[in-house]
Amino acid sequence: MHSLNYWKTTVAAAGMTLALGVGAASAESVLRVAPHADLKNTDPIWTTAYITRNHGYLVYDNLFAVDDKGVPQPQMVSDYSVSDDGLEYTFTLRDGLAWHNGSPVTAEDCVASLQRWSKRDGMGQKLFDFVDKLEAVDAKTFKMTLKEKYGLVLQSIGKISSNTPFMMSKEHAATDAFTQVTEVMGSGPFKFVKDEWVPGSKVVYVKNPDYKPREGTPNSASGARIAKVDRVEWIYIPDAQTTLNALANGEIDYWEAPSPDMMAQLESTEGVKVELIDPLGAQGWLRLNHTLPPFNNVKARQAILNAVNQEDYLRVIVGDPKFYKVCPSYFICGSPNATTAGSEGIEQNFDKAKALLKEAGYNGEKIVMMQPTDIPVLNSATIVTAEILRKVGMNVDIQAMDWSTLTSRRALKEPLSNGGWNIFHTYATGADAQSPVANIGISGGCEEKAWFGWPCDPKIEQLRDDYAREPDPAKQKAIVEELQKQIYKTVPNILYGQFFQPVAYSSKLSGVLVSPVPFFWNIEKQG
Amino acid sequence: MFAYIVRRLLATIPVIGVVAVFVFLLLHLTPGDPAAVIAGDYARPEDIAKIRERLGLNEPIHIQFGTWLWSLVQGDLGISIFSNLPVAKLIQQRLEPTLILALATTILSILIAVPLGTIAAWKAGTWIDRAVMLFAVAGFSVPIFVFGYILMYIFSIELKWLPVQGYKPIADGLGPLIQSITLPTIALAILQSALIARITRASVMEVLNEDYIRTAHAKGLAQNTVLIRHALKNAAVPIVTIIGISVGLLIGGVVVTESVFNLPGLGRLTVDSILRRDYPIIQGVILVFSGAFVLVNLIVDILYTLFDPRIRY
Repeated sequence: MHSLNYWKTTVAAAGMTLALGVGAASAESVLRVAPHADLKNTDPIWTTAYITRNHGYLVYDNLFAVDDKGVPQPQMVSDYSVSDDGLEYTFTLRDGLAWHNGSPVTAEDCVASLQRWSKRDGMGQKLFDFVDKLEAVDAKTFKMTLKEKYGLVLQSIGKISSNTPFMMSKEHAATDAFTQVTEVMGSGPFKFVKDEWVPGSKVVYVKNPDYKPREGTPNSASGARIAKVDRVEWIYIPDAQTTLNALANGEIDYWEAPSPDMMAQLESTEGVKVELIDPLGAQGWLRLNHTLPPFNNVKARQAILNAVNQEDYLRVIVGDPKFYKVCPSYFICGSPNATTAGSEGIEQNFDKAKALLKEAGYNGEKIVMMQPTDIPVLNSATIVTAEILRKVGMNVDIQAMDWSTLTSRRALKEPLSNGGWNIFHTYATGADAQSPVANIGISGGCEEKAWFGWPCDPKIEQLRDDYAREPDPAKQKAIVEELQKQIYKTVPNILYGQFFQPVAYSSKLSGVLVSPVPFFWNIEKQG
Repeated sequence: MFAYIVRRLLATIPVIGVVAVFVFLLLHLTPGDPAAVIAGDYARPEDIAKIRERLGLNEPIHIQFGTWLWSLVQGDLGISIFSNLPVAKLIQQRLEPTLILALATTILSILIAVPLGTIAAWKAGTWIDRAVMLFAVAGFSVPIFVFGYILMYIFSIELKWLPVQGYKPIADGLGPLIQSITLPTIALAILQSALIARITRASVMEVLNEDYIRTAHAKGLAQNTVLIRHALKNAAVPIVTIIGISVGLLIGGVVVTESVFNLPGLGRLTVDSILRRDYPIIQGVILVFSGAFVLVNLIVDILYTLFDPRIRY
């Protein structure tokens, strides 16, 4: 009788024989990544999808990029100057920047790219409200002239998250901002291999041998972007258990978004490291519809604020306290704008919540909650909120749907009888939440300008505007504190906690950067 | 027979036409907006409206249907809203893994299920019959992802014989292809075999009670000859029918298997497209499914004539 080892050897040999003809293994280093989502489109200005933003960082380059303190540092720009009156910014591009087809990156390309970006991104729109002129001076220099002083010029064009202002050739940037650019040609450290792209399965990038990285140590998005592998393959694996098995088996090297319930298993897997690389994480938002009763009454919103306990949500959604934080700051704990202002004395108190509801005139009317069952975090958050609302005596109607349906239904400003809604949940990345301008959840711009739920508070809008105009960081911080006090008073948004998404990767990798966005430059792979 | 095949093929045109209309209407009446998904969470309503306009989603539904139908008549399945790639190319990319998995699973299932079902019928009431039925019930009852994870654990994680996930196309060589589809094929074949084995057993048992089987035994024919040439052949029509149905299901209905083993097949393409409301892909894929079902049914009908000479078209 043959031993198990005999059969293992025999079958392995047969497998190797079958594999012949594939070709000898090459010395090419390949970083295989299981991304958090499938790359469905490739234009990071056309869509805000984070997966397309991550794709953008591989292929494109930025004028400025933030460091780990959130300070914008020149990236494609070699130097820049600001006029004494603060109205004129002049930027000069680095030497040696070239598109993937070999032609040089010009100032005209950058002007066209910024203009297209400004039509889609919130911070870009705000910046361009202040821009009088943006023009190329020569092949490598361009100038931005402002109508009046604006405090967030560099923060805007160095924005780390969607829509990140990636530079495109002027031909591509001439595409209408609401129409997708179909060709992918950047000037970044990797090139996209369109022929090998199988949507829903695989995306391939190869090292751009002609890329001239800037000098300096990589620091978050800033510094040298040096491709240290020949090829990056994104292998989209929809099943979490399979992804874990593939990582343990060496079929992938890096898992961008492991499920929280797999952390213990991952941490005990030999040859796998689990690491928190995003210091800001994400922030859960409970959105109330301010245009319908009862939440058109501030007392009712305050009631929910006093009923919510972030820990209840975080224990359900994340589980392990290592990966979450109770955070009262609307501008995310860990960011320069983090503050506890206004949150003093607010804690879970059902009696107070019931009293506030009574004051608001709530009398058992139906509360419609939209439950996106295909997004686990939001699905769980909805269930927790429903339980809390029932405890304070609310009549909850949970309506299950997929996220696609929710995204179209949340835009309805209709009564409940016509498909309207009272509550839904979402979350924002810390990178987006940290800035009062980019943080659309706190907007009080009413039905015309505010985000879904349509909070209406002119004082909040005034403070956001003051922040944007203020160049002095100390004064900006004072504005943030005043703003947050106002937010806790009128409750445009409710937070259900800060949670962190660790990454898991093979111990063969080194050079994984700490940043709110996963970058694939600087990563080396042994063996 | 040839005229029959031509007639049947021509009859697929109205079938697919009805499917096309039904699917188009159903999709466009379902809530959900691809423009909102594209624009992202922070988009302003006016931005979403502009994207809708550029995608042609603001047009009245009959105009959208007319545009799509006209393209379809010209052999163009359209362009994906999200990836901007031709739907035909996206389907073609997914067709190979789907067809190979369906073919491999069908062959393996037949090789397992038909002998098992026949033996179970022959030995009805014995421990062999009960063992086969236990296998069939287990194959039906245990979710396919459980089989998938068990196979993965044994053959990939512990023994390291086969990859956990992924698909290697034929172009990469026969070896990698076989390695990549072995586990999903086995996982699917367990379910398919259970289904086919039960039908085979029931069908053969029915035939074994017929007079002509008693006559065959009385003539002194060997047991194998009676079983294979007389019983199985006469029991073949329902078996072929169930195999045909299972092939149809394998082409589009193996989303769980595709997800567990990360195979980029048509099932996942369909589900992903539904979740993000990529209408042209959903419409294209469902047309392919309906065409495949019609074709499989035709093949099954033709096979009937081989097994039962009384059937003529």
